[in-house]
Amino acid sequence: MPKITYVDANGEQRTVEAKTGMSVMEAAIKNDVPGIDADCGGACACATCHVYVDEEWLPKLDEQQAMEQSMLDFAENVQSNSRLSCQIKITEELDGMVTTPESQH
Amino acid sequence: MTGKSQKVVVLGAGQAGLQTVVSLRQLGHEGEIVLVGDEPEAPYQRPPLSKGYLKGELERERLYLKGEDYYAEHEVSLRLGVSAEAIDTAARTVRLSDGATLDWDALVIATGARARRLDVHGADLDGVLELRTMADIDRLKPHARAGVNVLVVGAGYIGLEAAAALTQMGAKVKVLEAAPQVLGRVAGPEIGQFFLETHRAAGVEIMLNARLSEFVGEGGKLTGARLAEGDIVDCDIALVGVGVVPNMEIAERAGIRCGNGVCVDEQAKTSAESVYAIGDVALRPLTHYRREGRLESVHNAIEGGKIAAAAIMGAPPPPIDVPWFWSDQYALKLQTAGLWTGADESVLRGEPQSGRFAVFYLKEGAVIAVDAVNSPPDFIVGKKLVAAGARVAPGELGDTSISMKEISAKALSPS
Ligand SMILES: Cc1cc2nc3c(=O)[nH]c(=O)nc-3n(C[C@H](O)[C@H](O)[C@H](O)COP(=O)(O)OP(=O)(O)OC[C@H]3O[C@@H](n4cnc5c(N)ncnc54)[C@H](O)[C@@H]3O)c2cc1C
Ligand code: FES
Repeated sequence: MPKITYVDANGEQRTVEAKTGMSVMEAAIKNDVPGIDADCGGACACATCHVYVDEEWLPKLDEQQAMEQSMLDFAENVQSNSRLSCQIKITEELDGMVTTPESQH
Repeated sequence: MTGKSQKVVVLGAGQAGLQTVVSLRQLGHEGEIVLVGDEPEAPYQRPPLSKGYLKGELERERLYLKGEDYYAEHEVSLRLGVSAEAIDTAARTVRLSDGATLDWDALVIATGARARRLDVHGADLDGVLELRTMADIDRLKPHARAGVNVLVVGAGYIGLEAAAALTQMGAKVKVLEAAPQVLGRVAGPEIGQFFLETHRAAGVEIMLNARLSEFVGEGGKLTGARLAEGDIVDCDIALVGVGVVPNMEIAERAGIRCGNGVCVDEQAKTSAESVYAIGDVALRPLTHYRREGRLESVHNAIEGGKIAAAAIMGAPPPPIDVPWFWSDQYALKLQTAGLWTGADESVLRGEPQSGRFAVFYLKEGAVIAVDAVNSPPDFIVGKKLVAAGARVAPGELGDTSISMKEISAKALSPS
């Protein structure tokens, strides 16, 4: 199973084993990783699952859909490596790291 | 006793009840927590029930809000398949259907709402189904296939989502709505008209101003529905989506003040000491509208859980968000912020034919709500405008050559 490391705004790391097919958001929520609220449960409707993806990882991810891009365009504290974690599907190659922002609101 | 060592009993293991538990532990609550739910399932999310789960795109496992280990790891005692029957606010106890009586220092009523039953002949026929629980959808799923004749009664969000999902699966869907427009209770006429046309174009037959007089069947099995005019609409299954009723009887019986829901204040406190109510069952102050209301949304359930947990812990209350909601039908995502009731003006932004547009609702010049179809900028900025009670000239809101970023910068900058 791929492993994903979540780093919170204070630098604290939590690594969880994630099932392929799930999203990076779901792996966090199921494992009680703080920093990701995911209010809409993955519907790409709330932008409270915002993460910064480790640069190494970025090219391995599926491309952003228009909805995600548009939601992120208006989220707080967006960077070039921002993604909505509910839209990142976990695959075998994705052994990696994401950082969570200080606040999702 | 300080908040963090109190024994908390939460009634209802849904979205709001679970959030209370999660927030309590996050805030450092160390006392005993019991989460009582009458469904056999651990807390799960309902929105996918009428969307991805019905379509088979999302497995059951992904509906659960927490992993199996969560409850043991956080010392939350989960009592499923058990319903709470009576609250004693003086003795601070609650009696459960399995005979147990639990005592509590703080009690959270998060019993949600149930599907409204139609009071017509034949409503108990085999084939008349509801759209509220995982079990409801599991009963529907075997029928969700090509060629099946489905009648949806009620054109609200959930009924229309089910209509869209079933149509995409090849079923033949008819929708019966008593009002002259679809989504009439929750959105303005422009949005109703747009979704009406979308469903008709997808092959759904929508009957407006149509009243059901009874379900008809043979040998206990549904075969059709009779309209008030006498016509019979044939169907193999009927899905009743005519709104919900708050599960507040347990509070009423305990003498807790109720209206169209359990009455609470900004801190989710009911009229009984140390008893809170949240989620679909709560009649709460609507901070942005200076009135009370009962909301039925994930946002409200989550916010309620956070509010109750903070109040129990004596922690600062969470920020109060503008009510928001979403609905997925076909390739359309509707995102709503605010409550449009009371609007005296509506402004269309963009072209409905393009499948990407929004309707802004204004009252006395201030933005009070927005319905955005496939248009996150209108939703996100609209939500901020509502939160600020911002005034935006209708001519600017309706002009797509002015970006939402510009509108937001102008309306929200401190002047
Ligand atoms: C099909 C469907 C689709 C939806 N889609 C969306 C959407 O897209 N976006 C959105 O924002 N919202 C949506 N909603 C609404 C949202 O799911 C609800 O507002 C939310 O679930 C309310 O949470 P709650 O915890 O207050 O109530 P519930 O989720 O109803 O949970 C309450 C629980 O308490 C149990 N209970 C009741 N009485 C007792 C008792 N006496 N003892 C023990 N347990 C009891 C109930 O059986 C239930 O399990 C949808 C709802 C449905 C049904
Ligand atoms: S969980 Fe809501 S957008 Fe990702």
